[in-house]
Amino acid sequence: MSRFSAENLTLAREIVSRYPRPKSAVIPLLHLAQEQEGWISEEAMREIAELVGVTPAEVRGTGTFYEMFHFEPIGRYLLNICGTMSCALMGAGELMHAAEEELGVRAGGTTDDGLITLHGAECQAACTEAPCLQVNYRYRFRVTPDGVRQLIADLRSGALSDEIPPHGTLATVRQHIPSDRAVGAVDPDVDTAPPAWIPVTVEGASS
Amino acid sequence: MSTTEDTGAEVDDEVVEPDPDAVSITVNGRSVTARRGDLVIAAAERAGDYIPRFCYHPRMSSVGMCRQCLVEIDTGRGPMLQPSCMVTVSEGMVVDTESETTKRAQEGILELLLANHPLDCPVCDKGGECPLQDQAFSHGPGESRYVEEKRHYEKPIPISDLVYLDRERCILCDRCTRFADEVAGDALIHFIDRGNATQVNTFPDEPFSSYFSGNTVQICPVGALTAKPYRFKARPWDLEQVESTCTSCSVGCRISVHSSRDRLLRFQGVDDEAVNWGWLCDRGRFNFESVHADRRLAEPLIRSAEGLVPTDWSSALSITADLIRSAVDGGGPGSVAVLGGARGTNEDALAWSALADALGVESRDARLGDGLGLDLLDLPRATIADLASASTVVLMAPDLKEELPVLHLRLRDAALRSGTRVIEFTQSGSGLTRHAWRSIRHLPGTGASAVAEALADAEVAAQLASGPVVVVAGRQNLAESAEALSDRVGAVLAAAPEAGVLPVLRRGNTMGALAAGLHGPRDAADILREAAEGRIDLLILLGSDPLADFPDSRLARTALARVGRIVSLDGHLCASSEQADVVLPVAVMGEKSGTTTNLEGRVTPVSQKVTVHGTARPDWMIALDLASRLGVDLGVADLGDLTARVTADDRGVWSVPTGVEPAHFESVVGTNYDFRLVLSRRLYDAAVSTQCSPSLEGLAGGRGLSVHPSDLERIGVASGDDVKVIGPRGSVVLPPGCRTASAPTRPVRSDCSRPSPTASNSSSKRTSSPSAPIGWSSSWRRSSPSCRPS
Ligand code: SF4
Ligand code: SF4
Ligand code: FES
Ligand code: FES
Repeated sequence: MSRFSAENLTLAREIVSRYPRPKSAVIPLLHLAQEQEGWISEEAMREIAELVGVTPAEVRGTGTFYEMFHFEPIGRYLLNICGTMSCALMGAGELMHAAEEELGVRAGGTTDDGLITLHGAECQAACTEAPCLQVNYRYRFRVTPDGVRQLIADLRSGALSDEIPPHGTLATVRQHIPSDRAVGAVDPDVDTAPPAWIPVTVEGASS
Repeated sequence: MSTTEDTGAEVDDEVVEPDPDAVSITVNGRSVTARRGDLVIAAAERAGDYIPRFCYHPRMSSVGMCRQCLVEIDTGRGPMLQPSCMVTVSEGMVVDTESETTKRAQEGILELLLANHPLDCPVCDKGGECPLQDQAFSHGPGESRYVEEKRHYEKPIPISDLVYLDRERCILCDRCTRFADEVAGDALIHFIDRGNATQVNTFPDEPFSSYFSGNTVQICPVGALTAKPYRFKARPWDLEQVESTCTSCSVGCRISVHSSRDRLLRFQGVDDEAVNWGWLCDRGRFNFESVHADRRLAEPLIRSAEGLVPTDWSSALSITADLIRSAVDGGGPGSVAVLGGARGTNEDALAWSALADALGVESRDARLGDGLGLDLLDLPRATIADLASASTVVLMAPDLKEELPVLHLRLRDAALRSGTRVIEFTQSGSGLTRHAWRSIRHLPGTGASAVAEALADAEVAAQLASGPVVVVAGRQNLAESAEALSDRVGAVLAAAPEAGVLPVLRRGNTMGALAAGLHGPRDAADILREAAEGRIDLLILLGSDPLADFPDSRLARTALARVGRIVSLDGHLCASSEQADVVLPVAVMGEKSGTTTNLEGRVTPVSQKVTVHGTARPDWMIALDLASRLGVDLGVADLGDLTARVTADDRGVWSVPTGVEPAHFESVVGTNYDFRLVLSRRLYDAAVSTQCSPSLEGLAGGRGLSVHPSDLERIGVASGDDVKVIGPRGSVVLPPGCRTASAPTRPVRSDCSRPSPTASNSSSKRTSSPSAPIGWSSSWRRSSPSCRPS
């Protein structure tokens, strides 16, 4: 289904070339795939495996460790409602209830139109602003059930499409370092100098 | 679990000089001498203090995954709990493996490991030999405070054709995944997901189809991984075991043979420092199933008007003796020939060689046209240990992963972890290509110039001069002559005179059979040619199947059709024995004792574990019986007399006698064709032991043709079309698959690992059926009769 677009394939190759070991590009390429499709499909993982010379199992293993990579189709907007202690005490349950009612899906589900995916989340480090939620990882603080309903209405009407890019988008402004200016990483196979933080000691004196 | 991890750490009392690498530590109050670099867990174990562990494995890198090995270690800053598999010894270190704190920590870890463990020991194959069970008993708290619901997964899911995974039982020790990645190089299983949901799994639709998958079952410290052939077959306490040697190929891995109620149930790898480090390939591990196959021969057969019919031993033997006598008396000893012997023990080979000597029969060969000339076997021999510690290994051999899998593992380990540099000359790439320092691709027939060119390279010359060199020599391309190989090896030896040679032989005991004298002035090809001309009256097949194994199958067919009489000694009925006049059923591995000789010349015992099938007998016994019927004295009364004739030197090496003509193998590589042929084999092929093992049978891919996709495109072959390959000796129709890219014409550096899109070939005209010089049928054939019960 989702092979890299021609443009992204060029970018992917360039990303691979930035590292002394192609394998190091797995995470950046997973981001790229998620940016293109909103989520990461099996085909995308196979393609990444080919590009960096590892097995698809290794790509899957690496990717699935990270919470923010999604391996199932996902809506254009991902609504994460925090349910951990502070938020729970401040009414996260009602937020979730309102969202489920408004969207017609349970936590974990995606609306039929593919617009919004609703997830329960653990603490988002905004406990002082509880209860809080995130839309595509953008915060909304001290949210009320009505606020949730309004938010959903705005997402549906497109009123927020400028502020919140589709799920998976990494950045709206892309930095580009021309290859002649890229410093590049030192190849660990070539660089034999000891790590800087280990003080060099007299032979036998270290323990 | 494997046990060997000492690599000679003992300090010799006689030595006065203090060992500069000696480190003294205190373990549980006792002073212990360890070596620099030793892990605490290993040093303590050698000192007699066992520290519980799950993830630590002496043949793999430590990862500190399970934390079961926590002990109190004091390096001068007070005792601290540390995982002993992650800490190396240092001078003055104090280790306490029995303190109250250690005990509490280990109990705590076990309680956590068991929090999600289903405890279904009564229905678990591992029960009774399970490190989790054993260590929960020896180092666990006895009771758990967890009352919560455990994690649930679908009960065993197949992760390959051979291995099942029960994720509920898995304790996430990373042994299997580490093995797959680090040792086998087939990272097809991996930890998936995170936290409480972490599980071992494959990529969807991409099974763990590694040639080495069975090892993960052996090293899994719980019953999470089970092997299909053994599932629910026995309880460990019902198993009897004996140590033996795998003879499925010439590596000679050490195995432990397990049986119950007189049936072989499984093979486990035994950690032999010199040979296999505890690993086995899946063919060696699972092809014991063929011992109990329906196609096993239970009684002698003789040809009658109705075909082969069962008979008793005494008539079978007297008929055989008559056949031998009349052939020797009629056409002289030259009209009798013996082919085979490489699948039996040294003793079998010695007995038949002695019988042939006594009768004056000179036409004998244990190689079937796919072996090596004696000139090569006569060169200074290297051992596997030499290979693993060499600074350079020159590889002029078939893909070791396909032919000698565990040798591949040892060489891969040396290349990745011991700094051994591999210079590979290859015609179609191999499992080691990506780890080679130089992988030099050349077209069939141009090996000599490729070698000369490489040796002229200053960097290569410097590398060869930098330390010990081992040449691994074998028939990479069965369509090429063995002489060409000898010349190439000679060229390398001229450049590196101290180098040792490790010969690549496929069949298990080729070396022993040759050392026993199963070779003569005429090799298998000569013998078959004489037979085809009608000059052989009696052909004796010692467990050999020329119809399936001799590369020129047309010659083999003509020969077997023209030969006067055929006597076949075999465990299973094969294509050739079906044409025999007398078939004598023999004991196979697991059913007989003796010794075998691996590719190093190392002699190791093989052991009988189960009663022979039917009335089968070992080959040597048949030879002795025939000798007495023929009235010749072999000077041998029993097996012991034969074993005494295995004259290994002090290195344990039994050498092939020297001064014999090199055997010659004809080349069919022509230059006036569009393509050049590389004939090679896969691990799973038409071998009887594979085809008669239900678990392996389906893994053999049949024969096929690898052509570079751009060549196929150029000659206009659509995918799915079969291709007719034409050569000087005949033609064959094959489905093209693209296993590996064909060789680019220029040598490539190993770091260019992506297949080159360069078309592989010399001149090429556009034809609808590509022709290639072929005369020998591919050996991936699937022609043998089925072993399924009818
Ligand atoms: S399956 Fe076995 S070997 Fe693999 S991680 Fe789990 S417990 Fe360890
Ligand atoms: S490598 Fe050879 S000797 Fe070792 S287990 Fe496999 S078949 Fe047997
Ligand atoms: S509990 Fe909701 S942000 Fe911390
Ligand atoms: S054995 Fe040391 S952490 Fe597992």
